[in-house]
Amino acid sequence: MQPVIIRAERVEKYYAQPSENRIQVIAPTDLSIAAGEIVALLGPSGSGKSTLLRMLTGLSQPSAGEVYWHEKPIETANVNVSIVFQSFALFPWLTVLENVEAPLKARGMEAVERRRRSLKILDTVGLDGFQAAYPKELSGGMRQRVGFARALVVEPEVLFMDEPFSALDVLTAENLRSELLELWQKKTIPTQAIFIVTHNIEEAVLLADRIIVLGRNPGRVRTDFKVTIPHPRDKKTAAFTQLVDYIYKVLTQPDTQPPALPGTADGKRGRAPKQHYQMLPHARPGGIAGLLELLLDHNGKDDIYRLADDLAFEIDDLLPIVDAAQLLGFLTVTEGDAAITPTGAEYANSEILRQKELFRSAAVENVLLLRQIVRAIEAKSDRSVTEEFFHDMLDEQFSEDETLRQLETAINWGRYAELFDFDASRRRFIQPEKLPAEADQQSAEEIDA
Amino acid sequence: MIRLPESFSSLRGRETLARSQVLQRSWPVVLDLCVAGIGLACFYGVVVIAQYWFGHAEPEIVISQSPRALPLYAFYSVVRIFLAYLLSLLFAVGYGYVAAYNKRMEALMIAALDILQSIPVLSFLPGVMLAMVALFPTRQIGVEMGAIVLIFTGQVWNMAFSFYSSIKSIPRELSEAADIYQFSRWQRLVQLELPYSAIGLVWNSMVSVAGGWFFLMACEMFVLGTRDFRLPGLGSFLQTAAGTGNTAAIVWGLVTMIAIIVATDQLIWRPVIAWSDKFKFEQVESTKQVRSPLLHLLQHSRGLRTLKHHTIRPLGEAVYKRLAEERKARSELAAAAPPETEDHSASLKTVLRVAFVAVAAVAVLYAAWHAIGLLHQVSGPQFGEIMKGALATFLRVNVSLVLAAAWTIPVGVAIGFHPRLARIAQPLAQIAASVPATALFPVILIALVQMGGGLGIGSIALMLLGTQWYILFNVIAGAMAIPSDMREVATLFKFTRVQRWKTVILPGIFPFLITGLVTASGGAWNASIIAEYFHLKGQTMQTVGLGAVISAATDSGQFQILLLATIVMALMVVTINRLVWRPLYRLSESRYKLGG
Repeated sequence: MQPVIIRAERVEKYYAQPSENRIQVIAPTDLSIAAGEIVALLGPSGSGKSTLLRMLTGLSQPSAGEVYWHEKPIETANVNVSIVFQSFALFPWLTVLENVEAPLKARGMEAVERRRRSLKILDTVGLDGFQAAYPKELSGGMRQRVGFARALVVEPEVLFMDEPFSALDVLTAENLRSELLELWQKKTIPTQAIFIVTHNIEEAVLLADRIIVLGRNPGRVRTDFKVTIPHPRDKKTAAFTQLVDYIYKVLTQPDTQPPALPGTADGKRGRAPKQHYQMLPHARPGGIAGLLELLLDHNGKDDIYRLADDLAFEIDDLLPIVDAAQLLGFLTVTEGDAAITPTGAEYANSEILRQKELFRSAAVENVLLLRQIVRAIEAKSDRSVTEEFFHDMLDEQFSEDETLRQLETAINWGRYAELFDFDASRRRFIQPEKLPAEADQQSAEEIDA
Repeated sequence: MIRLPESFSSLRGRETLARSQVLQRSWPVVLDLCVAGIGLACFYGVVVIAQYWFGHAEPEIVISQSPRALPLYAFYSVVRIFLAYLLSLLFAVGYGYVAAYNKRMEALMIAALDILQSIPVLSFLPGVMLAMVALFPTRQIGVEMGAIVLIFTGQVWNMAFSFYSSIKSIPRELSEAADIYQFSRWQRLVQLELPYSAIGLVWNSMVSVAGGWFFLMACEMFVLGTRDFRLPGLGSFLQTAAGTGNTAAIVWGLVTMIAIIVATDQLIWRPVIAWSDKFKFEQVESTKQVRSPLLHLLQHSRGLRTLKHHTIRPLGEAVYKRLAEERKARSELAAAAPPETEDHSASLKTVLRVAFVAVAAVAVLYAAWHAIGLLHQVSGPQFGEIMKGALATFLRVNVSLVLAAAWTIPVGVAIGFHPRLARIAQPLAQIAASVPATALFPVILIALVQMGGGLGIGSIALMLLGTQWYILFNVIAGAMAIPSDMREVATLFKFTRVQRWKTVILPGIFPFLITGLVTASGGAWNASIIAEYFHLKGQTMQTVGLGAVISAATDSGQFQILLLATIVMALMVVTINRLVWRPLYRLSESRYKLGG
């Protein structure tokens, strides 16, 4: 067993709310990083991956619990870590060389030695000859190389990476990934451990010696396992695809705690809110229809992993759509396989107006927030309700950002289904205006029914 | 020289400029009251000092009217502007920095910014002058300092706000990168905060310096009671020339003024803008860049490079080394020291802080109370006069805004839509805009008087002169920002002229127009102090207005009226900002934002 470098003990993150209630972002979590391993942290968006990374590096203080660096509390320890950022986080007004030298300057290193080391690391990452360029003159891949050079020049004990390849195109990412792996395996860099946050399952399986999968609401470790496939890993081998499939299953099957009912007992403290809103997945109706049509083409049932592959989607793009379709009762997910339901099939086969109707009834039936908005509009004499009213109710349960996103999705769905309209300048939900003919037709239908 | 924001695409600058006047309110009313209290206290302090010195005689300074004196006078004025600007820059950076990082002070400091920039600077003039004369033993230095401090108070706030909001908007990952690599505060400032805010600062500096000229023209020569404060300079030259009706001298003065402004633009702003281009926070290199031969020369000068190599660089190295050592020592100390001692010193600090705040609060309350006491001396009729003046000035400001909008919108849109016209019109407009309205004012007033007009029209003319350019340049920028496919749609569907204006042009320029109007409105209020009360050819011209009340109170040394009128004006500006401009601005940000 290799020595542990960083150990997190019962760390958690929450935001206090005015009303006793608090919003738990990360439930108490134990985690450690040992020397000699590449750890990948996977999870859907909103599972607090980046927050966890920032707590482990000491950038952000946990609300409770403690992070230890070589068994010393992290605030008093002399931590030697680097982060490679998703957005590269280079200083655009400094040249490539000045960017790489900046961390060494902060450590007060002599100018000559600083220059020598920086040039050496630039050479290592393949940026020889670009010293005098400004980041904006470089392509995305080259910029991230500068990001790597800046991270590696301080010879960090642990190299942290926050979705380092997700802003790059597929080929560039592939290339950089394999170069990183080569540096690591040949021990060209003195780094002891690598911790990578990603939402790309294949990337995790390609790189990692150990994979941690997070769940959300609140963020917590779902599973933590070692990857024993020998390097170089081939994406086409059975062992590889099985592992990818397994992770998909874990992610699409939050059976320990279904996503439809957030905050069930674990992690939540204090007074629980009276009514639970589901977490609406941020998917567009058009996307849901597209997925269902694709599923029909695949005979109504397919592996989610294969679907993602067909669409060239990553889980962060696909999962919300699958979740939404599931929430609306258009498909069911078992063992990582998605199967279309009869309503789902009808939805996929119908023309636009019928689709809206199906969506409308599915939404009112399954989504509490939409149901409440429709009722509230009907109950008011002027047929309009302020957004604020629902904002405050959601705020009890979600963080501010999430509340806004929930409302945005609800507005999007409600408008599509013609359940209500939203007056953006007055921030009010209102009854949709109907064409006279359509209104007649609808009342006729109602009589028929 | 006032420049189009687009000429170096400083949209960020444009936004901070306007936002500084329509701040999102995020602080409790208590803080506004605190700020007001502190303001009153300061006023009282100034008045006490001023009254003490009121009885002293003042040696006359004779302002020459010969063109030969002009180079020296121009030099004096430029030095004043430069010193005031330097002071503003340092203060703005310090103020913005503290406001951004000190959580305790942040809300109070931003509330203070909001109120301070609404107070008409020129009503500070007598107080500041007298205080400075009092503080400095030889009179002339006092008057000099007074002028500099006054220009400073006119130009510092938008710069401070620009720096503050830049720091606040630094992308999270950049600032995390600085944290994880353990940048010292100094390195953060030099490599992150200053570069990130550079573009906003440059743009706001140009606006500030243009404003500085406006005030300098007014405060180089001013009368307080029987005392006459004069400074040799371009402003006093022009005023003296206008006062005696010396046309040749006026022309000489104006030519010098324009020459200085064109030279400043070429020798300072152009190189600075070209240089600041590298601080643009963007991912792709823009094709349009301002070029400056001077900057090229400076950057390629071997002598300068050698100089830098032997002075700045070793100095910088030493600083970084020193800071790194200090940090190391601190972290070792923190690791070694038991935590209890920290608690002890922390509690001591809290006690000291509470004591300090208590003492400061008592002092502020005492002085504010006395300042309010001063207000008791204002009689009923005087109060009526102030209210009448406030109404008159309010109408005048709005008339000038409407007039300005009426001509700048069609002209600005025409210029913005026709690149060829823009190439000719823009430089001309920039030169015209850069001549401070206060320098032209005496000339216009003489012409008006000869035609039988009075100060009523004259004051509107001055407001118009001082503020129309903000609207014009913003409208041009707005018209340029309307995508050409939107205009093509209008042509394709054969929109009528009215329809075209209603659906394409006006909504398209709306956010820019609001930005221009906000800035213009603030400027017009300030201008009223000079515009409504003027000494010309040995006599005093005056019209009904709040600005006239303030100026007259200054002349006669009636501090209680000065204080009340200033409060009324500040209240009106703040109220109009909150009730009119802020909602409009928000509307423009949400509904009329192109490509949002």
